[in-house]
Amino acid sequence: MTPFDYVRPASLADAIAAWEPGAAYLGGGTNLVDLMKTGALRPGKLIDLTRLPGLDRIEALANGDTRIGALVRNADLAHDADFARAFPMVAEALLSGASGQLRNAATVGGNLLQRTRCAYFQDPHSPCNRRDPGAGCAARSGDNGGLAILGWSAACIATNPSDFCVALAAMDAVVEVEGPDGARQISFADFHLLPGETPERETALHPGEVIVAIRLPAASAGFRAHSRYLKLRDRTSYAFALVSAAAALRFEGGKIAGARLALGAVAARPWRVAEAEALMIGQTPDRALFDTAADVALNGAAPSGDNGHKIALAHRTAARALALAAEGTPAQMPAFPASVFGGHAHA
Amino acid sequence: MSFSISLTINGTRRDVLLEDARVTLLDLLRERLALPGTKKGCDRGQCGACTVLVDGRRVNSCLSLAVTLDGAEVTTIEGLAQGDRLHPVQAAFIDHDGFQCGYCTPGQIMSAVGLIAEGHAGTDPDRIREGMSGNLCRCAAYHGIAEAVQDATRRMAAEDERASA
Repeated sequence: MTPFDYVRPASLADAIAAWEPGAAYLGGGTNLVDLMKTGALRPGKLIDLTRLPGLDRIEALANGDTRIGALVRNADLAHDADFARAFPMVAEALLSGASGQLRNAATVGGNLLQRTRCAYFQDPHSPCNRRDPGAGCAARSGDNGGLAILGWSAACIATNPSDFCVALAAMDAVVEVEGPDGARQISFADFHLLPGETPERETALHPGEVIVAIRLPAASAGFRAHSRYLKLRDRTSYAFALVSAAAALRFEGGKIAGARLALGAVAARPWRVAEAEALMIGQTPDRALFDTAADVALNGAAPSGDNGHKIALAHRTAARALALAAEGTPAQMPAFPASVFGGHAHA
Repeated sequence: MSFSISLTINGTRRDVLLEDARVTLLDLLRERLALPGTKKGCDRGQCGACTVLVDGRRVNSCLSLAVTLDGAEVTTIEGLAQGDRLHPVQAAFIDHDGFQCGYCTPGQIMSAVGLIAEGHAGTDPDRIREGMSGNLCRCAAYHGIAEAVQDATRRMAAEDERASA
């Protein structure tokens, strides 16, 4: 780790005032400190946000929206009974990520800003356009079996590793931020950026802006009875997704009245296609319909390397997640959240 | 820049002067406070060997910067037993052969103590396996570990019942 200054401001205003180019805001530190150890990130100053007052609450707003303070820890959100009842798929996505220890430390705001797990980004000795603009991309000719099949560019084929973000995208979340130029809101669809020619620009945040809260609209809780997160990975627990899908349905008179589908680990941001959702409206749920929705969601998918298998995998994951959502949200969180093994022993 | 912090470690207050903000809780415990029971495995939050309780919650001490923890209460493996009386989780690990080489064991035990306190796994073997997935064991003593956590959960519930009776 290279040396850095450390400050612990007492207020959000002081935190923003302390920001300068090269500084980094610190939440749970589970990703930032790790990348500082490898040398991939070398902030000159850490601004510790963890003791800022008022940002660790889960609130029900007067208009029915749910507001999650940026400093709420992942475990505390997933295990909040009211939250898990209203947004069971978001809770399942959270519990399918990382480990108990990491979820106790990681903040929800930090989850949105976690960096890609592309091995070449994490290794400061490999060329990486995302870490070091113009350096080139070692992943293009390297170990790329897990990398992007959608939205990638010649400059970068990395994926966003978050499970939580896939569920938030499906639930139309809004990100509340505050910075040197004041407060604003960013819709989730606009929050993470595709790489294009500028993979170093990962989010819509302006320099010095801080995430203060994530808001989930009241209407999204209407999917609570039929929503699932499904995650394929190399082992049943404590692994990043190869592909994942967040699926949610709403029924009226046996027909689909509302549909949400977001794919994870396929691109630099959660992947949501409006046409794939729209074609399910008014239809009766069945396997052929879900296959068609998956087809449309994956329109334009192409291997960025030795990862063509992820296209078929993502297709099956999306269709299966929709079928699971149609069956209904389980009464209890599955023992293995988001696993194809569900609540069943596989030992 | 140096930082003066105060931690309560295994019930004892320790004032520490950090000459550098880079020191992790893991390195502070092992290298400066003579508490080497907490183990360094991967040092990257991937193996769980460094698990301790901070304010009662299990975390990876390798990813926790000590300077951020001023005022916190830390419990390590050295703080579990009461004199010669082992903590129920420690006793259960012995009874169920929950280890082979023992290197991951302090982290496994601290993680199990945290998991049981969280209260989401109960005695369901699958939920225990899922809850303990942040602790790797290269000897693959997982069967004994899962049994030990299950047994310790039962023993601690029975003790709580006796205490409240």
